[in-house]
Amino acid sequence: MRLLVLAMLVVFTGCTNIPLQTRPKVPATGQPLKTVAELGALPDATAKSKAAFAEASKVLTHARCVNCHPPDDSPRQRELHEPHDPPVARGLGGFGSPNMYCPTCHQLENVEGTQLPGAPNWHLAPIEMAWLGKTPAQICNQLKDPARNGGKSLEKIVDHVTNDKLVGWGWAPGGEREPAPGTQKVFGELMAAWAENGAVCEEESR
Amino acid sequence: MTITLDVNGKQVEVDADPKMPLLWALRDVLGLTGTKYGCGEALCGACTVHVDGDARRACVTPIERVADGAKITTIEGLSPDGSHPLQKAWVAQCVPQCGFCQTGQIMSAAALLKRNPAPSDEEIDRALAGNLCRCGTYLRIRAAVKSVGGAK
Repeated sequence: MRLLVLAMLVVFTGCTNIPLQTRPKVPATGQPLKTVAELGALPDATAKSKAAFAEASKVLTHARCVNCHPPDDSPRQRELHEPHDPPVARGLGGFGSPNMYCPTCHQLENVEGTQLPGAPNWHLAPIEMAWLGKTPAQICNQLKDPARNGGKSLEKIVDHVTNDKLVGWGWAPGGEREPAPGTQKVFGELMAAWAENGAVCEEESR
Repeated sequence: MTITLDVNGKQVEVDADPKMPLLWALRDVLGLTGTKYGCGEALCGACTVHVDGDARRACVTPIERVADGAKITTIEGLSPDGSHPLQKAWVAQCVPQCGFCQTGQIMSAAALLKRNPAPSDEEIDRALAGNLCRCGTYLRIRAAVKSVGGAK
């Protein structure tokens, strides 16, 4: 009889509501991000540059950014950087492999009523631009190195992070995803302040 | 709004919201019910069709995105009489059990073979990773694909 009751419970309640792992509760709005003015009066350009990057790195190390900057062939998802489900590979140019190209599923915008994210040009960042697992200082030096930043000048990097629509998706990710901190505009201004004041990086810890 | 789609080699007009998922247009407006609704979130692959030869999940693709002359192929258009080599292989290997996912599986496999005529087991598994089968016919699906594509 007990077995019958148990079987009925399984049939009527289903088994899929047991989470595979405990996931953090995701806030609907992003964490705050200080503006350049809110960083306060700083003694020199080096201090201004470092402070701006330290604040901007809240975005650069956020799941909405690093999940698509992995050091391997698998994009990540959710706040704990879980492997992409279904499994997909980086493929040519970061756009996936045959049959599982990013646009096979991802559209130009988030698909309403689903968890499926989307934005123009949906793809992975090149592997040399991997940020996942790196410190702000490591990312800072990477951003200044043309071999690891897609051959971009600092000006182009600032323009990219300020205006690119795929970058901008990070602040409107839809679904159960925490948006990146602040806004794309404030993030762009912080990156510009970092660059204009010498693009100074903290020393990488050894 | 009237939108013109190229489906299985024919120009068809659909009077619908541009955001309507392609799957609804195919099934409810055009009566092409071979393509199946599974999850509605691009997670199961049951709704797979081809757009310009590549696999695409019809349940999340708005018709406005495929209205500019993109060539849409459904299972009905894969071969005129069901004699595509993959369809024959599916029969020969007795692949389907309930059969619900098989349209998507065949369309994904056909798109794979166009790009990679002789895929390895690993390549087949990777390419069909987004097509789920609750009956668990994966080994027979792989065998059928391999029988058409030839083994590496």
